[in-house]
Amino acid sequence: MADLHIGVDRATVAEREAVDAVVAASLGPAVIVESDRLVRGGTARRDERRHLLLPALHALQNRVGWISPGGLNHVAEVLQVPPAEAYGVATFYEMFRVDDPGHDQDVVHVCVDGPCQIAGSAERLAELRAGGVATHASPCLGQCERPVAEFIQGRARPDRVEADREPFALPQAGQAGLRLLRRIGRAPRVDPGSIESYVAAGGYKALAAAFGRGPDGVIEEVVASGLMGRGGAAFPTGVKWRAVATEPGPRYVVVNADESEPGTFKDRTLMENDPFAVIEATTIAGFATGASKGWIYVRGEYPFATERLANAIAQATEAGFLGRGIARSGFDFELEIRRGAGAYICGEETALFNSIEGYRGEPRQKPPFPTTNGLFGRPTAINNPETLVNVLDIVIDGGAAYADIGTEGSTGSKLFCLSGHVARPGLYEVDFGATLGEVLDLAGGVVGDLQAILLGGAAGSFVGPDSLAMPLTFEGARAAGASLGSGVVMAFDSSVDLLPVVTRLAEFFRNESCGQCVPCRVGTVRQHEVLLGITADRAVGAPVRLDDRTVLLDEIDRAMKDASICGLGHTAATAVRSAIDLGLIGRPPGPGDDGHPSGGAS
Amino acid sequence: MSDETPVRLSIDGNEVEVPAGASVLDACNAAGVETPTLCYAENLTPVNACRVCVVEQEGARTLVPSCSRQAEDGMVIETDSDRVRHSRKMVLEFLGSGVDLSQAPDLERWGARYGARPDRYGSGAERIEEDIRIQDDLYIRDYDKCVLCYKCVEACGDDAQHTFAIAVAGRGFGARISTEFDTTLPDSACVYCGNCVAVCPTNALQFKTEFDLRQADRWKPEEQTVTRTVCSYCGVGCNLELHVQDETIVKVTSPHDHEVTSGHLCIKGRFGWQYVHGN
Repeated sequence: MADLHIGVDRATVAEREAVDAVVAASLGPAVIVESDRLVRGGTARRDERRHLLLPALHALQNRVGWISPGGLNHVAEVLQVPPAEAYGVATFYEMFRVDDPGHDQDVVHVCVDGPCQIAGSAERLAELRAGGVATHASPCLGQCERPVAEFIQGRARPDRVEADREPFALPQAGQAGLRLLRRIGRAPRVDPGSIESYVAAGGYKALAAAFGRGPDGVIEEVVASGLMGRGGAAFPTGVKWRAVATEPGPRYVVVNADESEPGTFKDRTLMENDPFAVIEATTIAGFATGASKGWIYVRGEYPFATERLANAIAQATEAGFLGRGIARSGFDFELEIRRGAGAYICGEETALFNSIEGYRGEPRQKPPFPTTNGLFGRPTAINNPETLVNVLDIVIDGGAAYADIGTEGSTGSKLFCLSGHVARPGLYEVDFGATLGEVLDLAGGVVGDLQAILLGGAAGSFVGPDSLAMPLTFEGARAAGASLGSGVVMAFDSSVDLLPVVTRLAEFFRNESCGQCVPCRVGTVRQHEVLLGITADRAVGAPVRLDDRTVLLDEIDRAMKDASICGLGHTAATAVRSAIDLGLIGRPPGPGDDGHPSGGAS
Repeated sequence: MSDETPVRLSIDGNEVEVPAGASVLDACNAAGVETPTLCYAENLTPVNACRVCVVEQEGARTLVPSCSRQAEDGMVIETDSDRVRHSRKMVLEFLGSGVDLSQAPDLERWGARYGARPDRYGSGAERIEEDIRIQDDLYIRDYDKCVLCYKCVEACGDDAQHTFAIAVAGRGFGARISTEFDTTLPDSACVYCGNCVAVCPTNALQFKTEFDLRQADRWKPEEQTVTRTVCSYCGVGCNLELHVQDETIVKVTSPHDHEVTSGHLCIKGRFGWQYVHGN
């Protein structure tokens, strides 16, 4: 190849086959014949193929357990990506490794965050290792209702989650009044693997209603509904769609299913158990915004959700609900799934675009916003599955009816992910307006004496037992200086030593910072070091001084909030600071603990 | 020049007018306000990664990077508010706490101005500590000085050279500028144009001539003369700046504002000067 400098390492037959299969499935012959290359090589070729970089790296990792120099060179040659850039992408993701693992086993990823941490993930890791199992300590795997969560990265066979083989049990199954969850876990069961079952349960009525209303009509109803994004930023969905629809085409719709906020498993539950609803709602988004192509970016640790979505897309296409001229409407829409590879930051919308495009998942500076410069630089509507599924009822019943549900500032219903010390961890749906205490009661209440709740995830904040009356609405949380985030309610009883939990939160951000901007790249490290210092002091019985450390953490926090590029840096210190403000860390651990925080902070 | 209407904005209370499409940084310059920059260069696309140039824009929730934020009519910008001073201080302090800025005098000067105290993180603070990479006779890479400003990657990539020999690899504090699998430069796609060295703000990338002189404690920039000439190799007409110490060329650069080079050169102009000394 003349265009790119490729090193001397060559791919093995297995590596070559794995990569070529991915490329051929999308583009036809993987290897570019020279005459074609000379005519159509260079930049145009790169643009055309680069989005296959992540799937190609997945194929290599799965087949031989790592990204070898020879394998990387083959990917670089086939996709016309400079090897240094391909290496930069490969080293960005948790699920890829660039050194020879020295074994041919599956690798068991064990979650070490929050609910899994307090349920004994360290012991589980030690147990697996002692048994000769290849393991990887992983950030939150999105299975917080069933700690200790595990995900198995397959070697030459598909990735899998053993717990997914068990029949799914929704705590609220069959209850009246469910909206988003009404098709999940009820009897008679709506089969998530069958489009006939979905249609029989009322599926695709919303798409028909959308066609009846027309694109502008759909957007008007979504605006009128007051629906706000459920990923944490709470941006009005209709406003976003209208902005995209008024931009010149081509336009795209992207489903942000890179659910990685520690404590969050709502989108996984929806995708696994109601995949057709996610796809129908995405099709409506495409219709409303005038997009003919949509992408679903599913986090890599969700193999079952990916499988269910792929099946749903295939069946919907077969039934004429996707593809050309959907339901004789003249509307064309196709959907493509992309698997993430382990990077919290790729849940940030512009990082997600870069990831799909085959670049490092580094966030872009905003403005410009995705509504004008999104995926491949085109106007893009990006929403998460929960937000999208809300649209089904809005289109059928109208925005006004939807706006009657919930409160004035927070319309509709909301999914909350309950984990930790509650009687029945799991996913719960309530109309906006329910208080924190009411939501905890739905899950059978707190087991033991409540010490604190982590609300909103790692990017959220701790609240104390005196917050149970807080309405879990956008405005209610804001008034309390908290955030609903992605709907995380993680309960800790008084038996938990929160210093390791908070230190792990700091480590999470240190590990997940993409490294692009200085405030976050270094600030998350310095924050973690402060907590390690507190831990070290306490370990030797030294008095835990918090005063000067609190000042330092405050300074780090202000810089990360003000000067970081994206939301990761903006929120990386929120939970840590709330823990200090509530006096949750700094007290001595162990027996004799009366549950009342004391120590350096007071 | 653009025939669009110029935009008017306020910088620290003073109205300035800049051409449409100008950045807030341009507006700060027009207002005579000096702004620290690190990852910004006139001849590169802003990557707004270092965040040292942040300013406060009225109505914005966070500070904005002046290098890459387009100036808009009616913007109200503060460049010396508490928030701006604090973030600039912390960025400089963070950098100083993790890497060696001793050969980046501008950063040290700004650090002093904003009161950065990199040593307050103590001896336990993680720093970048790697062996200096010396793989050829033309330039060295000292990662302990690297602030990850992306300038070298930009210069090697589509801002100048289109060689793509280096990229950012890894994540977070472990991110490094790297060839594929950290392969040595002679085995990589590097064509030794030296444009990465020319844009490096901290001497993490250093011409071997400068490195050797510094090692011998004989690097004397104050004694150097700079002579501008035209490269004699081909007909393009690149301008060279010959940095001469003790009647010997020790470094070759090109003026950033030169219409042919925009500061960039090829291996011949950058490194092929030995014949001048007859050896």
